[in-house]
Amino acid sequence: MSDPRTALQGAHFAGDVTVTDAGLIGMISIRGDQSDSGFRTAIRHVTGHDVPDQREMRGDATGGLAWMSPDDLMLFCGHAQANIMADRLTAALGDTRNMVTVLSDARAVIRLHGASVRDVLAKGAPVDLAPGKFEPGSIRRTRLGQVAVAFWLTGQDSAELVCFRSVAGFVFDWLSVAAAHGASVAYHAKPLT
Amino acid sequence: MLRLTCPYCGVTGEETEFHPGGEAHLTRSGPGATDEAFRDYLFQRRNPRGVHFERWHHQYGCGKWFHAARCTLTLEVFGTYTAQTAVIPEHIIDAIQSRRPDWRPEA
Amino acid sequence: MSTRIKSGGRLIDRTRKVSFTFNGSRLSGFSGDTLASALLGSGQTLMGRSFKYHRPRGVVGAGSEEPNALMGLGQGPTFEPNQRATTAELHDGLQAESQNHWPSLSIDVGVVNAALSRFFPAGFYYKTFMAPRAAWKHVFEPVIRKTAGLGKAPTEADADRYEHFYAYADVLVIGAGMAGLQAALEAGRAGARVLLVEQTPHLGGRLLSDEVEIDEETSDAWLSRTIAELQALPNVEIRTRLMGAGVYDHGYVTGYERLTDHMSDHMPGGEGPRHRLWRIRADRIVTATGAMERPLAFAGNDVPGVMLAAALRDYVALYGVTAGDRTVIVTNNDDAYRTAIALKRAGLEVPVILDTRDAAIGPLPRQARDLGIRVELGKGIATVKGGKKVEAVEICSQAGEGSVLETIPCDAVAMSGGWSPVVHLWSHCGGKLVWDTDQSHFRPDPDRPPTGHDGAGFVLTAGAASGALHAADTMPDAVAAGRRAARELGFTPSDTTAPTANAEAEEPLQPVWMMPAGASYKLRSKAFLDFQNDVKVSDVQLAAREGFESVEHAKRYTTLGMATDQGKLSNINGLAVLADSLGTTIPQVGTTTFRPPYTPISMGSIAGAARGPLFKPLRKSPMDDWHDANGAVWEPVADWRRPYTYLREGEAQHEAVHREIRNTRGNVGVLDASTLGKIVVQGPDAAKFLDLIYTNMMSSLKPGRCRYGLMCTENGFLFDDGVVVRLAEDKFLCHTTSGGSDRVHAWMEEWLQTEWWALDVYTANVTEQYAQIAVVGPKARQLLESLGGMDLSREGLSFMGMAEGDLAGIPARVFRISFSGELSYEVAVPACYGRALWDLLMQHGAPLGVMPYGTEALHVMRAEKGFIMIGDETDGTVTPHDLALGWAVSKKKQDFIGKRALERPDLIRPDRKQLVGLATQDPATVLPDGAHAVAGSNEYGGPKTIGHVTSTYYSPTLDRSIAMALIEGGANRMGEVLEFPVDSQTVIRATIVDPVFYDKAGERQDV
Repeated sequence: MSDPRTALQGAHFAGDVTVTDAGLIGMISIRGDQSDSGFRTAIRHVTGHDVPDQREMRGDATGGLAWMSPDDLMLFCGHAQANIMADRLTAALGDTRNMVTVLSDARAVIRLHGASVRDVLAKGAPVDLAPGKFEPGSIRRTRLGQVAVAFWLTGQDSAELVCFRSVAGFVFDWLSVAAAHGASVAYHAKPLT
Repeated sequence: MLRLTCPYCGVTGEETEFHPGGEAHLTRSGPGATDEAFRDYLFQRRNPRGVHFERWHHQYGCGKWFHAARCTLTLEVFGTYTAQTAVIPEHIIDAIQSRRPDWRPEA
Repeated sequence: MSTRIKSGGRLIDRTRKVSFTFNGSRLSGFSGDTLASALLGSGQTLMGRSFKYHRPRGVVGAGSEEPNALMGLGQGPTFEPNQRATTAELHDGLQAESQNHWPSLSIDVGVVNAALSRFFPAGFYYKTFMAPRAAWKHVFEPVIRKTAGLGKAPTEADADRYEHFYAYADVLVIGAGMAGLQAALEAGRAGARVLLVEQTPHLGGRLLSDEVEIDEETSDAWLSRTIAELQALPNVEIRTRLMGAGVYDHGYVTGYERLTDHMSDHMPGGEGPRHRLWRIRADRIVTATGAMERPLAFAGNDVPGVMLAAALRDYVALYGVTAGDRTVIVTNNDDAYRTAIALKRAGLEVPVILDTRDAAIGPLPRQARDLGIRVELGKGIATVKGGKKVEAVEICSQAGEGSVLETIPCDAVAMSGGWSPVVHLWSHCGGKLVWDTDQSHFRPDPDRPPTGHDGAGFVLTAGAASGALHAADTMPDAVAAGRRAARELGFTPSDTTAPTANAEAEEPLQPVWMMPAGASYKLRSKAFLDFQNDVKVSDVQLAAREGFESVEHAKRYTTLGMATDQGKLSNINGLAVLADSLGTTIPQVGTTTFRPPYTPISMGSIAGAARGPLFKPLRKSPMDDWHDANGAVWEPVADWRRPYTYLREGEAQHEAVHREIRNTRGNVGVLDASTLGKIVVQGPDAAKFLDLIYTNMMSSLKPGRCRYGLMCTENGFLFDDGVVVRLAEDKFLCHTTSGGSDRVHAWMEEWLQTEWWALDVYTANVTEQYAQIAVVGPKARQLLESLGGMDLSREGLSFMGMAEGDLAGIPARVFRISFSGELSYEVAVPACYGRALWDLLMQHGAPLGVMPYGTEALHVMRAEKGFIMIGDETDGTVTPHDLALGWAVSKKKQDFIGKRALERPDLIRPDRKQLVGLATQDPATVLPDGAHAVAGSNEYGGPKTIGHVTSTYYSPTLDRSIAMALIEGGANRMGEVLEFPVDSQTVIRATIVDPVFYDKAGERQDV
């Protein structure tokens, strides 16, 4: 069988912040009633994660469960496991109202690393990214410049960002400009007490 | 540029994250409706100077539709609530009246 | 003459010489200079020509209010016109040129002398260029175009980079003078997240020039202590060279940061951006923007060397330069005495202080007199003598008509008409003003602030910006503003005693709007109000006489306040003259609207990163790189780029398109159809929901089968179409147009969420999850079968059927649908395998003669078959019936979106425009797209349009032109010949025919 490939094909940019194609990532949209105990049990059973709270990110792109909306979760898993996971989820959810959709290839995941990662995101996202206001464990769906994205911090100097596959190149180029050497704003440098 | 709070995901975001959808609480006129009722459904809007109810879509966010009670004159936002409601919720009416004591919901 | 004095200049470093050029001449200044101070220090008092009369002008101010000293800075890709010399920081290699002159700054043939200027009064343009009409094109416009415009437009693309930045704060303080610093400190100490921005490179504002005693310390000691405390607070951020540009609804503020303009070693386009546009949200905004000194309106007040009084002492204190050796002071207030004292202490001559008031008894006048300076009370300037520089002033009585009492030689004049708070940012979002009679200025009305999302005021003013001009009042006002901002946000500010500031007490000013009060026309027509736009007292008076009584009308008629400085210096004086002419009061006249930005900001900063390849998002398919490497000529389709055709060596575009069509109809072609929208609709009520969304019946579709469907708006007009596939009993896949995927998905979600939320249905936009390839042509089956893995025979997968399986080991869905009329399969695979499948098809198809084809071949082939295209045959006013698609509108369904509208009489009129085919009489002639068919005459006697061409191509298959059109009553006009006049000479004639031009029986696709 042919080798699968990402939209960015391993692209990497090194500036004040590094911008890197996260590679093949399994992504599954899970629609359903998050307050339903059957739904919650099935999710925990199959994914190993509790259903996240509002705007919560459990884990990261290598394995995690994100709150996307009141009736939508996004499971991150191995790319090759996505179909199997989706089948297991569908089976476990049974008659519970749900829809499980594999979207691994409809999205691209980009990793950012560097001390000014919050500044880089703040150049395009109308979001308060100050320490204390936005921390690892939260996901934010918003826009970056002119395109829809979702991102979360994986540490104080790193983040993961998801965008649509078709604009992955655009987003990568946009981030590379924002993350270039000399582009630090140093606005989010001081931790808030 | 407005700041709105999405009642679904709790995000307080700037207007560019949202998309406006016109007047809220319209009743759909489908097959069998009179010409007048159908015209009103399609085209007649209140466009008030003052308290107004609007539909908004959290386009660059959770993707949900919600309603906002807003003053078109001062741009004050009295509250937001789910679009899946046919009548204006009590807490929104209270919030409006706490700041516009003379205001009464239309029958 | 202006010159550098021996000592002083706290902002300059005399050990670091900086060289620059002005109009090509090499000059030098010091590190820390502005361009204006360096020019003054080099003896260059003349800095530009005025816009309308090309009068010689020098610098008037020392800051962002400067109307005269506008320069073109940089060169080529870094050139920027209309930069204020007073805010441009000097750096090595700076290139500056003055504006509005020809051939040179000192000899300008465009100069309009005082005699001629009578013929250029207010409203000159409106009055003069009215008639004859022909003169516009041949005389007026060419002349105006040559001479109009302030500065030169850059001719090269901007080489620099720009960006935006979103910043959030509890309290944003704008302006870092004494008030801003203290307000920030109060809010910061209380724990609020504070962002303090200052447009200049320096903190301290007027404290840098005017000594104030604060808590028994010098202002310098207070400044260092306060700045140190602010910097130590982790919740306070201070940014210089960042101007608060505009205040908008709900606490949104734009800030304009200039990062590299002051650097000599900045490489354009190198590391880091030149400007950054801050997009700030703050819950409270404190404007500590200070006040601006007003000029006085006397004849010759625009001669180079006449300056604002405070600016003169700023140049001495900050840069160690002076505008002249002998400076006459003219004032209506005590503050200007500070300039006299500062000049005298710097060893310069002050021959006289002309004070319009009858008494000057305060401590400042006393100090001036003690220094031996002559003070003349009740006096003013009748006229300033001199052209390119001040030579003398003629003194007169302020109360009189301008009889000259004495001529005093001098080379500079310092004028002060009092101070106006900088209220721009307060006013941008609706903050109201009150007229302060005592101080003769408009100041913010604290009871009517701009209100935010919660209805509360969100802008506060601090210090001079509130009208608290005197240091003793500034300090408590700033303390109160900072504390109130913090308190309103739930922080607990300190209630300790506020610092006290002391400066010399000042006596009240005397309002003076014209000097002398009874000035003759001759004097009034040389007394400038708006320096940049050359608006004089006489112009505003004329406007009032001609009936322009509203301040907004008078502004536009005279152009008062319409230049790049937006009347920062001129507005109040202009309002006062207008009020006087109308016999009313200044508050009755009111102000014009204050609009952002505070001073002009660069176009680059507004664009931010969105330029060049990042101008707008470009969507690419999973096979984009193959297309790019194989001759694709790109066509934008919504935000996507799609291959229009694949050009081969030596081919013209139309030849490539025809080759692709012939090969597809004769052999096999492949099309990248990945951009087609794909939406999954799933749930027990999915069929019910789609019956509402589509005009057709979708609930009767069998699993595994495909059906072409139409979607209408509630108005009954067609807005998208595509093939619906029933994947399972409760699961459908809806294909949309390429441009429609997001719109249709949003449309479905809107109806589900806001109208039919009781339905048990979910939707998912899976457009980008799949790469989709159309394999089309007589050898399509053979090609796909060569990949192996699926039964794609006529029996195994019939027309309008769907199969799932593996093709060459890649998981695939295959739809037997055709948009070309040929045997056709659309193959969808996960996007990560899109390129792999494409490569396999090219490889396995080589022996079969496979060729890729682009969107133009797709369009021609669908037109040959009479298939409509959303956006070509539809324009938002076309119903399915208009397009002969009534068969796809269910009559059985009780309801669907658009059903009620389709019953409207107007939508069932028999003479609506209806879809027809057209065959031109000359088969080689291709009708232009959009050409109008005419018949008879309309109500004005001209030809009546009865329809228009919607699609038109040359068909290589039929070897003739084909077209589709929407024609009134077209369905019943088969065989009629229509006329399409395409220009004044040419009429194309075409016969109405069946829009299906090729394979009417549909035999080719069902094999």
